[in-house]
Amino acid sequence: MRPISGHTGTGIPLRRSGVDTDQIIPSGFCRSLRKTGYQDALFATWRVDPDFVLNDPERADASVLVTGPDFGTGSSREHAVWALRDWGIGAVIAPSFGDIFWRNALRNGLLAVRVPEQATTALLDLSEAEPWTPITVDLVGQQVRASDVVADFEIDADARQRLLLGRDEIELTLGKDDLIKAYERGRPRWLPRLGQDLVRADSHD
Amino acid sequence: MGTPRTLYGKVWDRHVVDPGTADLLYVDVHLVHEATSAQAFAGLAEAEPRRGVRRPDLTLAVEDHNVPTDSLTVRDPVTLLQVGTLRQNCATHGIELYPHGHDRQGIVHVVGPELGIVQPGMSVVCGDSHTSTHGAFGALAFGVGTSDVEHVLATQTLALARAKTMAVEFVGVPPRGVQAKDLMLALLAEIGANGARGYAVEYRGEAIRNSSMEARMTICNLSIEAGARVGMIAPDEVTYEYLRDRPYAPVGDDWDAAVADWESLRTDDDATFDRVVHVDVSSLTPFVTWGTNPSQAVPLAEAVPHPDDFPDAEDRRAAERALEYMDLTPGTKMRDILVDVVFLGSCTNGRIEDLRQAAEVLRGRKIAAGVRMLVVPGSMTVRRQAEEEGLGKVFHDAGAEWRLAGCSMCLGMNPDRLAGAQRCASTSNRNYEGRQGTHARTHLVSPAVAAATAVAGHLAVPADLD
Repeated sequence: MRPISGHTGTGIPLRRSGVDTDQIIPSGFCRSLRKTGYQDALFATWRVDPDFVLNDPERADASVLVTGPDFGTGSSREHAVWALRDWGIGAVIAPSFGDIFWRNALRNGLLAVRVPEQATTALLDLSEAEPWTPITVDLVGQQVRASDVVADFEIDADARQRLLLGRDEIELTLGKDDLIKAYERGRPRWLPRLGQDLVRADSHD
Repeated sequence: MGTPRTLYGKVWDRHVVDPGTADLLYVDVHLVHEATSAQAFAGLAEAEPRRGVRRPDLTLAVEDHNVPTDSLTVRDPVTLLQVGTLRQNCATHGIELYPHGHDRQGIVHVVGPELGIVQPGMSVVCGDSHTSTHGAFGALAFGVGTSDVEHVLATQTLALARAKTMAVEFVGVPPRGVQAKDLMLALLAEIGANGARGYAVEYRGEAIRNSSMEARMTICNLSIEAGARVGMIAPDEVTYEYLRDRPYAPVGDDWDAAVADWESLRTDDDATFDRVVHVDVSSLTPFVTWGTNPSQAVPLAEAVPHPDDFPDAEDRRAAERALEYMDLTPGTKMRDILVDVVFLGSCTNGRIEDLRQAAEVLRGRKIAAGVRMLVVPGSMTVRRQAEEEGLGKVFHDAGAEWRLAGCSMCLGMNPDRLAGAQRCASTSNRNYEGRQGTHARTHLVSPAVAAATAVAGHLAVPADLD
């Protein structure tokens, strides 16, 4: 993954709470085997409404989604993150996120940042009034800035470091193979093992 | 001995491979299905150098999300591509797979437990949010996205920060006819769809101790609907009896050693939780949802609420939106709501006990004219058992469709979808906008309420039929 130090773009104000991943991308669009190509599926049902914010021509190049609490709750589908990213969104600002969505977002370099409700509301107001005003999510300074709205955010230190360095988490964990092997030697012998008729028992335990 | 710990803390501690600000945790079993794994396997193949599956012997795959439940033949080309890809990936990496048509096939969260693969104290991961189901065994079980699926395939581990802990104490004994689903809808109505966000929940109390494994799985399954990271129940004799003699349960000396270990898996008396919630269930009645998230629920005997009933402005706006989507008027009695379709099934309520509870209501009765009822067993094992008990015939004689196993109408990803703005009483877990079909309207209910509703043609409890 490429290193990310932040994102700046104009805003897409989505004044809603509890936007679940079924709304971000309905399940019928999650049947592709690919990680890309989901842009047309983003908010597919809501976008039928010509007044839906993503249909606003003034926001065609906007890339910072600002929304209410509990964004991305429900289904674990990572397609929700892929659809946002494929549309061109680089950051999502909300007071809170569904846990699984938040993990998925950071895994894909989509900056999902938790900003207190008061500041989120100020950003919503600002973006509605001035669609052209850029919003910056600064991962280094852990701050969101737009016009006179400034808000600090907290982010898991490990996740932040991975994003800043563009580190592949699998690569990092594979580097801990000795620790994993040591753990495996201590696992209780009764724990279930599958596929014994498919693969010859190996020597992991 | 040592600091008092919660059940969650104990199970967490035994899986730490490498402690840190996020602990690297070992995964004892990784459940895989066709809808969220293809991109993860592809990621392994595209890595330089190419990566393998570290522990195929700790990985189990099933086909459940996309498959048809009316035929053992997959005819849809997109589904064929999905299951075909999973079959190829499992063959390449030596992963045990129960494909559509296999006699053990079914919903991943039904199949794992019924084979005895999920046991107390284990860590369980799956690319599906309802993985919380397996916490019913005293396991640490949670859903993840596809990137994490890839991480687990490659390393058998995941790095996670420990969650805060919450105890949900069910106080009292629920009246007859009140089911696990009702307990959870009542809890969700009380704490909200984000009431357990960021918490690991442990369910406790007499109502839990008296409940079957099936009921416990329903309860833990719905933890995610409160935003919880995991939901857990301490293992006890009910757990051991459920597991004994299942295909992957330990045997002989191993069984004794396992049970001795499992006995330690309970929250220490002097351990504390970050938050404690009490729910009095002694006078509870069957619950049903009226809105578009599972916490928008009321007793079935009551009426559709008015948005002004909610003190919080955000809740009021959400209620207004939900009522508009659901085409409901405040004050309408829930019993007066007519349904087009009834769906009995899913990882929430597709187990044998759920089918028994519904069949008890349907025996000797007919479903209402104009109502369609789908009965979808959670697995082919459940289906066989139901037929041995004569339940399949009860459903058939009542006029319901007795289907094959799969996720079916829970999520609208396969041919079992509602058409247009149809209204459905569903034993599944999510009543989101469009969940069961693009404009579909969903009311979440227990299996007994689902059956009574199918007969009455409107939301109903079994006693309404007498």
